[in-house]
Amino acid sequence: MTSPHLQAPRPARPGKRAARPPKGPAGPAEAHAGEPGGTAVVQAGPGAADPQSHPRRSLGDTLFKVAAGGFAAVVLLIAVGMAWVMTQAARPSIRAFGLGFLVSSAWDPVRNAYGALPYIFGTVTSSLLALAIAVPLALGIASFLSELARGPLARVLGFLVELLAAIPSVVYGLWGVFLMAPWLRNGPQAWLSRHLGFLPFFRGTPFGVGMMGAALILAVMILPTISAVCLEVFRAVPRAQREAALALGATRWESTRMAVFSYARSGIVGAVILGLGRALGETMAVTMLIGNRPQISASLFAPAHTMASVLANEFAEASGDLYLSALIEIGLVLFGITILLNILARWLVWRTVGRFGSTPAA
Amino acid sequence: MNSSLQSAAAGDSSSAPDSRFLRRKAVNAAMTAFSLACVLLALVPLISILAFIVSQGARAINLDFFIRLPKPVGEAGGGMANAILGTLELVGLACVLGLPVGILGGAFLSEYGNSPLAPAARFTADVLSGVPSIVVGVFVFALVVRPMHGFSAFAGGVALAILMVPTVMRTTEELMRLVPGSLREAALALGVSHWRTVLLVVLQNARGGIVMGVMLAIARIAGETAPLLFTALGNRFWSFELNQPIAALPMQIFTYAISPFDDWHRQAWAGALVLVVLVLAVNLVARVAVRQRVGGTP
Amino acid sequence: MSQPGDFVRPVVLSDGVSGQEAPPAPPGFPRGGHMEVRGLSAWFGPQQALFDVSLEFRAHTVTAIIGPSGCGKSTLIRILNRLHEVVPSARHTGTVLLDGEDIYGPIADPVHVRRQVGMVFQRPNPFPNMSVRDNVLAGFKLNHQRRADAEEIVESTLRAAALWDELKDLLDKPGASLSGGQQQRLCIARALAVQPRVLLMDEPCSALDPVSTAKIEELIFALKERFTIVTVTHNMQQAARISDFTAFLMQGRLAEFGTTRRIFTSPENKLTEDYVSGRFG
Repeated sequence: MTSPHLQAPRPARPGKRAARPPKGPAGPAEAHAGEPGGTAVVQAGPGAADPQSHPRRSLGDTLFKVAAGGFAAVVLLIAVGMAWVMTQAARPSIRAFGLGFLVSSAWDPVRNAYGALPYIFGTVTSSLLALAIAVPLALGIASFLSELARGPLARVLGFLVELLAAIPSVVYGLWGVFLMAPWLRNGPQAWLSRHLGFLPFFRGTPFGVGMMGAALILAVMILPTISAVCLEVFRAVPRAQREAALALGATRWESTRMAVFSYARSGIVGAVILGLGRALGETMAVTMLIGNRPQISASLFAPAHTMASVLANEFAEASGDLYLSALIEIGLVLFGITILLNILARWLVWRTVGRFGSTPAA
Repeated sequence: MNSSLQSAAAGDSSSAPDSRFLRRKAVNAAMTAFSLACVLLALVPLISILAFIVSQGARAINLDFFIRLPKPVGEAGGGMANAILGTLELVGLACVLGLPVGILGGAFLSEYGNSPLAPAARFTADVLSGVPSIVVGVFVFALVVRPMHGFSAFAGGVALAILMVPTVMRTTEELMRLVPGSLREAALALGVSHWRTVLLVVLQNARGGIVMGVMLAIARIAGETAPLLFTALGNRFWSFELNQPIAALPMQIFTYAISPFDDWHRQAWAGALVLVVLVLAVNLVARVAVRQRVGGTP
Repeated sequence: MSQPGDFVRPVVLSDGVSGQEAPPAPPGFPRGGHMEVRGLSAWFGPQQALFDVSLEFRAHTVTAIIGPSGCGKSTLIRILNRLHEVVPSARHTGTVLLDGEDIYGPIADPVHVRRQVGMVFQRPNPFPNMSVRDNVLAGFKLNHQRRADAEEIVESTLRAAALWDELKDLLDKPGASLSGGQQQRLCIARALAVQPRVLLMDEPCSALDPVSTAKIEELIFALKERFTIVTVTHNMQQAARISDFTAFLMQGRLAEFGTTRRIFTSPENKLTEDYVSGRFG
């Protein structure tokens, strides 16, 4: 028994895709029921005939490619747009202060004198301190998770470390202000002040909030980023490398040091730079813990200010073109630094791990 | 391993080979302990934060929090109803603006990877994802707030959308790449055009993962404060117009937290609890589901 | 055996005006297609995979393409349904005709060609997120074509693929939940539903167990009444069992082509004889 749709020819139905005009009213033209309108194999799509025998794209395909490509190009627009728009908006300030903006400590909305040095100092110092704390920890975590932990344990622990990254910045700030800062003030900082207070780093009264508090909370926040990238990098090291070291009689730590760390060196540096980039731009938690005083001091107890936190504090109420423009210029500087760091970091990570992240380059 | 083998490996018979071996073992043990300690140390803030938020927040949370507007400065009571709604509005706006760009852009990167546009867009998306959120706020201020002569929910939505697009785009691309080529071929062999294959077969098969990726992106932008500070600005009342400032939960938490009022501190904790519960719940669901799907690859 | 010329007439399409109307096919009469390949050479980038191959696939026959691995068998059939060109570095020269028309002609639309020349792949690839029913109808659903006779199509193609009795109560099960042999027959049903003239099969049984393989071989035998079938196979006994014609490819060149009986009993080419008797391959 042959199926119905192989049998009686059906009237031609105008197809959605075919650009051909409908057939004559004589109707039953073919046994091929599904095909709108014809027995023919080939069907002209709309568009000019291509004299060469290249595969022709239908209009739908071209439209889709253009539309999807347009959407993909939006990121390019955003990136270029950011650079352009912010540069334009910062122009009054750039014109007024030139490069001196970066080395001046003035910040006076009344007298319209602006300099970003204290903020740059605060940003760089807090970030570097945070890195100094977070990087060894991240390396330890990554090597534990990749070398020493077994399947389910590694997954659970890794997941918990990732959770740290999911907590919003403002919540970190809240915890920092109400829990960590008092603890710092009454605990470690008090001890340091008592015993090492003669050192320039620990001079002055500890408040809890200040450079140290900000650096600590930054360290906690960038830890998941650095350790996640390091973990990815460590996992990309071929087993053969580690096994070669073990086969030579190395202890586990030695094989890790020899095989993994050296192979993954550029990847680790990349992870560190990514962490640095995150630290430089971190705003809310830092604002709540750094004291927001634009000053440059050697003491870790002293309050300070960062580029991100001055923007957070003063932007909304800034009035006056030059004031706003100076703030935007700070934003521009931050933008430039983080973009450059990001490019550098991704290039380094890519070299170890391959272009698409965890899949090695084919 | 006996000591004669060990001394031969050490290559010198004068110093005590056993002690060198023991030292190496000790270093190994110390390093193992160190890396374990690092993990535990990292968990301390996590546990502390979660415990603190739950304890403080649970104390402060009540029905008022969810349905009342903030009271004027100095008065006790009130809630963050408008901030919760505002966050929902802003996230919704960001999705409307950002998801088509992210998903279709990701589809382009996956299916037309040979086009010269693809590597440029991919690289730019990666780099853009590292830009601090406050800088995005500055950009949107110059781009939207200034020309509009005012802060607005729309500007806030644009800022959040810009934060969302790079991650959604890359996630979509990675997931669509994972769809096996045999499914594409099966559809093409049936006489389905390329664009339909991409939308109806490839995208459909990647749908679950893409939804997870979008959920993670939403969880992230829901917790963002910095880009909203001078785009959406905040509002003490209900706000439904797109061209008016609007409140958002993280911003409200921030404002209350740095204020000198205890009552506002309490409410900040309540807000933090709500925010963290939402964000962590979405994260948990998304990550657990992704793990099951992909079989344990983080 | 019907002659292809009975039902096909040249049609000019670029201006949308057709030639004469084709006579309506008698009820139940199948319409297999006739394909011809002339002077086909194919490349992947700089690597040449086929050298000047000329072949004919007669309507309502089964033609087997055999040869050692890497001889270009898969490339050849992928050119027949314009799937070869999906690979960016792929190109070819030569002519491929379906019922007298050049499928690579300037006005030819690959999507339509693939409707007419269906394919079943080596590894079964049903759409995992679609039910059995939706898989069978996938050729229509993905093109947003609603068919009033959808249920009939499902039944008739599943019957044609010898799956109806097994699956008639399980039409809503996901396509990927079936066994390997069932999945492959589902893919065959899916390909049949859009009514191609020619059905290409790229080693359809190589991923299946012997029982499923036997079922599919029966299927191929039954299907040739209605379609033209070209099957690539590694399994020479299979080729001898099911095909009417056999083409033997060696390193991208057509070493010999003829009726299966002759190829397997008295081949002209020494290479053919050696391969067929298992001396290499």
